[in-house]
Amino acid sequence: MPDSVITATALTKKYKDFAAVDGISFEVAPGESFGLLGPNGAGKSTTMRMVGAVSTRTSGELSILGMDPNEHGPEIRSQLGVVPQADNLDTDLRVRDNLLVYGRYFGIPRAIVAKRADELLEFAQLADRAKAKVDDLSGGMKRRLTIARALINEPRILLLDEPTTGLDPQARHILWDRLFRLKEQGTTLVVTTHYMDEAEQLCDRLVVVDKGQIMAEGSPSALIREYSSKEVLEVRFGSERNAEAASKLEGLGRLEVLPDRILVYSDNGEGALVEVIKRGLQPITSLVRRSSLEDVFLRLTGRTLIE
Amino acid sequence: MTATTDAPARAPRTSGVRALYSGNARAVMARGLLATRSTNWIVVLTGVFEPIFYLLALGIGLGSYIEGVTDPLGNEIPYAAYIAPALLAVSAMNGAIYDSTWNVFFKMHFGKLYAGMLATKLGPLDVALGEIALALLRGAAYGVTFLLVMQVLGLNLSWTAFLALPALVVIAFGFASLGMGITSYLKTFQQMDWIPFVMLPMFLLSATFYPLTVYPVWIQWFVQALPLWHAVELVRGLTTGALSPVMLLHLLYFAVMIVLGLIFTTRRLRALFLD
Repeated sequence: MPDSVITATALTKKYKDFAAVDGISFEVAPGESFGLLGPNGAGKSTTMRMVGAVSTRTSGELSILGMDPNEHGPEIRSQLGVVPQADNLDTDLRVRDNLLVYGRYFGIPRAIVAKRADELLEFAQLADRAKAKVDDLSGGMKRRLTIARALINEPRILLLDEPTTGLDPQARHILWDRLFRLKEQGTTLVVTTHYMDEAEQLCDRLVVVDKGQIMAEGSPSALIREYSSKEVLEVRFGSERNAEAASKLEGLGRLEVLPDRILVYSDNGEGALVEVIKRGLQPITSLVRRSSLEDVFLRLTGRTLIE
Repeated sequence: MTATTDAPARAPRTSGVRALYSGNARAVMARGLLATRSTNWIVVLTGVFEPIFYLLALGIGLGSYIEGVTDPLGNEIPYAAYIAPALLAVSAMNGAIYDSTWNVFFKMHFGKLYAGMLATKLGPLDVALGEIALALLRGAAYGVTFLLVMQVLGLNLSWTAFLALPALVVIAFGFASLGMGITSYLKTFQQMDWIPFVMLPMFLLSATFYPLTVYPVWIQWFVQALPLWHAVELVRGLTTGALSPVMLLHLLYFAVMIVLGLIFTTRRLRALFLD
């Protein structure tokens, strides 16, 4: 196995007494697409800032491309592409100029930057908007421009902090397609997200983070196998009768009783439904679906609202 | 006994995440020039006129009623030639302050420009130097324009007036540097409103329109502590030809201002964006 491009060991970041990141360890292999999945405030962005060599760790070890960010910040940053959570495009500059100027921050010669900028505008499907003002772009276009900008220095690792938050479905799918192409070209991706479908689409492997700690680690399918079941049966009996019905569902699989519905985790959802009806229960609605990372996520991080 | 060596004490970090400088301040300045060119160069132009209006109204207009004005060495000179160098210093100051205060404030808090820059190879000193150089350039451009107006109106009384050019660069550098240094610590619009509150009295009181000797001694001390007074004295000596060794002290004052501004700005950028 080739040496990993990111190695974090007991990585910790404290702000006064509060530990935003509390001793997490992970490795990312070259060319891998790695996800940090977690609710808001779980410590994903703080981890990304440390990996991006713009934030010092409080303790633990961190190695990016074989270098310690405490010693080689600029060298590391020059080989990273960063797509921050909120777009920070330069709104005083036009679309193409954003790429040119950003490339110059890395000290890349003008001619090379110009060539790459044109290629990246093609890649980001923005070639016809080269002279547009940034403020006139749609949310999806801005995001693609931010990604194009992050690629101007031909980074070895691309860090994406919630890349599709706030985008409409079309824009998300276009973006996923572009990111998938990068992955095919061998770029290492590190993605944070709280969208399960995004994690399933993009990540070879991921960690679920909550309260600054890693709750689980594995590929999306392995996590589903381990923390959920193949299928989920959702049945509704009306909010008054849910609890009573649940008492008759013992033995069908792991049950989760929610105010509005009951979830039955089973490897055979249809079979479970047949059994429910055999026991004389008449659900108002029933749904058998494939288990998803969302089930894993909610099981690990809980259903209470996290703010 | 075995000699034990202590682990080296943690020195202030000059490398790593918080590395200061990558020697690429010009990329930051080039970005500023491009942004100015593509968005607000007309606004930039308007700033030139303010001191020119003061010169015409007060120097030429009001000045025709004023007699007995002398240069720093006691030679009689027209009133316009007395206030013109002061306004020249003011124009350099204004240009430098526009860019280094409000523009920096917006870039820092709304444009998120510096966060983006510092995610690249650039260090905080690159950003500070690049932005200050941009502000300096604007101050110097205002100064040069005003100096040409003075030449046309015959208000440069000595050949040493051309030395006012490098002096203006130093003055603009000082104001740009300290301006950005202070602005980087300000967080709200209310705090920003203090800037004109300081600038206006400084403009009126720094021996701009009349000599320092009209004040009681304790006010003289106060005015002499202000940066604009040093700028005015320096430039007035050069355009009237009344040279004196004290000018070196004025230059020293600005050297200190430049260094302090760079230190404040760099530290603050570091604290804000490279924690």
